[in-house]
Amino acid sequence: MAKLPLQFRLNGSDRATFVDPASNLLDTLRRGLGDFGPKYGCGQGTCGVCTVLVDGEPQLACLTLAVSCEGRQIETTSGMADGPNLHPLQDAFMDHFAAQCGFCTPGMLTAARALLAKNPQPSREEVVEAISGNICRCTGYEPIIAAILAAANAPGARRA
Amino acid sequence: MLDLRTCTSLSEAAGILSGDRQALLIGGGTLVMRDVNEGRLTEGTLVRVTDPAFRQMSTGGARIELGAGVTMAMVLANRELAFLHAAARAIGGPAVRTMATIGGNLFAAAPYGDFTVALLALDAQVVLQSGYGSGRAVPLEDFLSARERGGQGLVTAVQFARPQNPAEFHFRKISRVKPKGISLLSIATHLPLSGGRVAQPRVAYGAMAPTPIRARGVERALDGKPLDQSAIQAAKQAALEGCRPATDAIASEWYRREILPVHLGRLLAGEPR
Ligand SMILES: Cc1cc2nc3c(=O)[nH]c(=O)nc-3n(C[C@H](O)[C@H](O)[C@H](O)COP(=O)(O)OP(=O)(O)OC[C@H]3O[C@@H](n4cnc5c(N)ncnc54)[C@H](O)[C@@H]3O)c2cc1C
Ligand code: FES
Ligand code: FES
Repeated sequence: MAKLPLQFRLNGSDRATFVDPASNLLDTLRRGLGDFGPKYGCGQGTCGVCTVLVDGEPQLACLTLAVSCEGRQIETTSGMADGPNLHPLQDAFMDHFAAQCGFCTPGMLTAARALLAKNPQPSREEVVEAISGNICRCTGYEPIIAAILAAANAPGARRA
Repeated sequence: MLDLRTCTSLSEAAGILSGDRQALLIGGGTLVMRDVNEGRLTEGTLVRVTDPAFRQMSTGGARIELGAGVTMAMVLANRELAFLHAAARAIGGPAVRTMATIGGNLFAAAPYGDFTVALLALDAQVVLQSGYGSGRAVPLEDFLSARERGGQGLVTAVQFARPQNPAEFHFRKISRVKPKGISLLSIATHLPLSGGRVAQPRVAYGAMAPTPIRARGVERALDGKPLDQSAIQAAKQAALEGCRPATDAIASEWYRREILPVHLGRLLAGEPR
């Protein structure tokens, strides 16, 4: 089967590649374009570690048909820091020890980013709801929730 | 290997689906891509629809029409659909809801299909298009009983009347893990009151049979009665009529049968979960 051409913006840069017709976005990002920000956990939509933003909305890259991203804006954790300056959410995750093994962190950061872009001052319940599709085996979630609430109050947290 | 066809019109997609038995529509892909990733789906053609009509919503009037490609996130962003927000919010986490479509939910096997339960209690119609002709509307209940036989072609939209009083429409999903967990079961009720009595109620369950079903025993027990203790008691007694729940990783058949009347009773009495 012929491969299909695919172009989109990834973290602000135009990218082009060829994909198998039924490829998912996660494979395309990791194997095709070398963006290892989003991780492969389950391939089933249950762990959330592959969460990326597509036109600003959270999607599970493992379940997203790659060709459906033609012409769209994809954002991953690889594009969160601004040069040497971490994103306020990344800083807050460090300050609150919100990463232990760190495997869930890209998905948690992306889910939190989607939340704060729409709702800069979320309640605790809204934070819990926003990360409800993301599994963490290590932290017990409390440090992650605290980090997101702290980042919401930090200057510049709404920076996309 | 899997092929992909991107269709810019609904009729093109319907034509492919009815002409090719190996063709499968992909909506949000939250179920289809699982099968692809697991190697359960390796042959045939995925059919993708980019026709804007597939994602159209007409929500202003008394009759509501939602394209089958409308997502749970789109329902949640629409204030005129506030009465459906509890059902849309019941589907997965935010990232699933950006993707999951109404059309895909109509096909999701139990214990999935929570949004469809709400549509069943709203007496929705499903617009089906097979081949290049125009669509025809069929009652959701008939669509669901025919679903296991497959081959129904493309669902283009769902239609239903807006409840005259949205406060008379209720949806509850019962799960062990909060806020997100797969259904033990779900219940939707539309109980219009007329002169203090329930008039033509509709009650539907999810995960109590292979597809969402109507609770006809409950509807009969409530019809024409004031919603008081004795009517609720009668409804609970009739709650299990027609139920054929499965034993799965979430719950046993026995457990589902035990808890359904309890949760139905609480919902009818307006008590919290
Ligand atoms: C982590 C996770 C949690 C979930 N939680 C829930 C939950 O709590 N409740 C729940 O109900 N579901 C849940 N789901 C299941 C699923 O996401 C939803 O049921 C969703 O609505 C399916 O829609 P889709 O567009 O993704 O379907 P797809 O995967 O695109 O399609 C599913 C099936 O429907 C067919 N189909 C889709 N649209 C059409 C159409 N218009 N015409 C004809 N055939 C069509 C497809 O061919 C396929 O067979 C969950 C899934 C995941 C991954
Ligand atoms: S890898 Fe996508 S949700 Fe687990
Ligand atoms: S830090 Fe290990 S899974 Fe979350």
